[in-house]
Amino acid sequence: MSGLVIGIVIAGLFVVVLFWFIAMYNVLVRKRIDCDNGWSQIDVQLKRRYDLIPNLVETVKGYASHERETLEAVISARNQAVAVSSDAAHAMEKGKAEGALTMALGRLLAVAEAYPNLKADGSFMKLQEELTGTENKIGFARQHFNDVVARYEESRQTFPTTIVAALFAFQKRDYFTVENEAERAAPKVSFK
Amino acid sequence: MQDEQLRERIKAYPGTLTYIDLIRKNKRESAVLVVLMILLGGVIGCLIGGAIAMGATREDMVVSAAIGFGAALVVACLGALWSWFGGSSAILRMSGAVEITRESDLELFNVVDEMRIAAGLPMPRVYLIPETALNAFATGRDPEHAAVAITTALRQKLTRDELQGVIAHEVAHIRHYDIRFSMLMATMVGLIVFACDAFLRGARHGMVRGARRSSGKNEGAAMVVLFVLAMVLALIAPLLARVIQMAYSRKREYLADAGAVELTRNPLGIAGALRKLADDTEPLVEAANRGTAHMFIMNPLRKCRRSHGEKSSLFSSHPPVSERIARLMALTR
Repeated sequence: MSGLVIGIVIAGLFVVVLFWFIAMYNVLVRKRIDCDNGWSQIDVQLKRRYDLIPNLVETVKGYASHERETLEAVISARNQAVAVSSDAAHAMEKGKAEGALTMALGRLLAVAEAYPNLKADGSFMKLQEELTGTENKIGFARQHFNDVVARYEESRQTFPTTIVAALFAFQKRDYFTVENEAERAAPKVSFK
Repeated sequence: MQDEQLRERIKAYPGTLTYIDLIRKNKRESAVLVVLMILLGGVIGCLIGGAIAMGATREDMVVSAAIGFGAALVVACLGALWSWFGGSSAILRMSGAVEITRESDLELFNVVDEMRIAAGLPMPRVYLIPETALNAFATGRDPEHAAVAITTALRQKLTRDELQGVIAHEVAHIRHYDIRFSMLMATMVGLIVFACDAFLRGARHGMVRGARRSSGKNEGAAMVVLFVLAMVLALIAPLLARVIQMAYSRKREYLADAGAVELTRNPLGIAGALRKLADDTEPLVEAANRGTAHMFIMNPLRKCRRSHGEKSSLFSSHPPVSERIARLMALTR
């Protein structure tokens, strides 16, 4: 009789622990998915910037065709950035290419300052707002990515979820950091 | 801009609190609210049922009260469903908000887009309220069905950073699920106030008719009970409006300010916007009423809201602006 009771208690405890483990496992999986989503959100915004650039270059060309060097620098920086794969393994390379693109764009917009007609052009103004918005969105997407990575890493490293994380080999996720000194010093794209 | 955004995470929320705790709390409180409101509806139905059968035998009264209770429960559940699915559009309609497209205000859309990306949420719908007072609010049952609304005057008066702060405050309300609680609060309490009013009108009508017929003792007693009931309900309606403002604790405003800083990493934007909002003393007469006042970023009904010398009263739905700004500025240090 008492053996049966002990058996039931042990089985009950086992079930409780099992459910607890499942819950922790799900928490980790959910946070890992958040990281993946966060990463792809950055990508969405980067692609948006690639799509804006040809239009921008065309518009500027209409008013400042002899600024060929600057225009070509933007195009080539864009094409280089597009060419780098956007998966996490190439994050560093991608970051560098994006940094170079941001710099080239900054120079283009600085050049545009000298052309009042261009600055007054309706489609140029719209492109400018789109570009500022996209630059900001890239920044906020990266910020969000780092936030979700921080939450994932917190769960991965703290007790008790760390047991489950070790058991099922949940990989460490790296923060997005601006390694490139040049990008750190990149001029702000600002149209205020 | 970019590298500024990559700054260390600001410790914006007090203590060990995170937005995830706030979501849990709001979901729980919303569920409790729905149950309480449905029960309250049932009790009102029970009273009405009992009152109608006043003067009949005791058994008849019990039966009538039970029928009233059941019918009111059904009606209250329908009301809750309406509140859940139709609440946000009703609130937006009441405040005269007009949905706008991306093309008509690119900058506003970009700012909303930026903030919802920072929060990792889907894009909410964007509304403008054609009013000269300065205010904004967010509503919806969850982030997938959310909307932000801002008055045209506020839209025009703010710099991009300040606009970002205001929108971040509203997106923080969405992220915390404050919008669910405040929407249910506004619409369900609104429904009950409406039902009380309808009942009062009906009761008055009945009394007039009853008086004209001027019949026996039993009906006279019923009249008295109806009258007493009517008085009680007339008192409940405005009281409920007060309860809304107190229950939708002012803490939620502080936390949305903190949430805004977590999203923008810039306490100065929202602080600057609050300062401009505080200097505006124009009440938002047409767009807001006592039922929806708690949803706005700044109390829309106060005639004079100076940032100095204002007191935090037990009944005020919003914390004093000076205190909100002081808490934001503390984060910059």
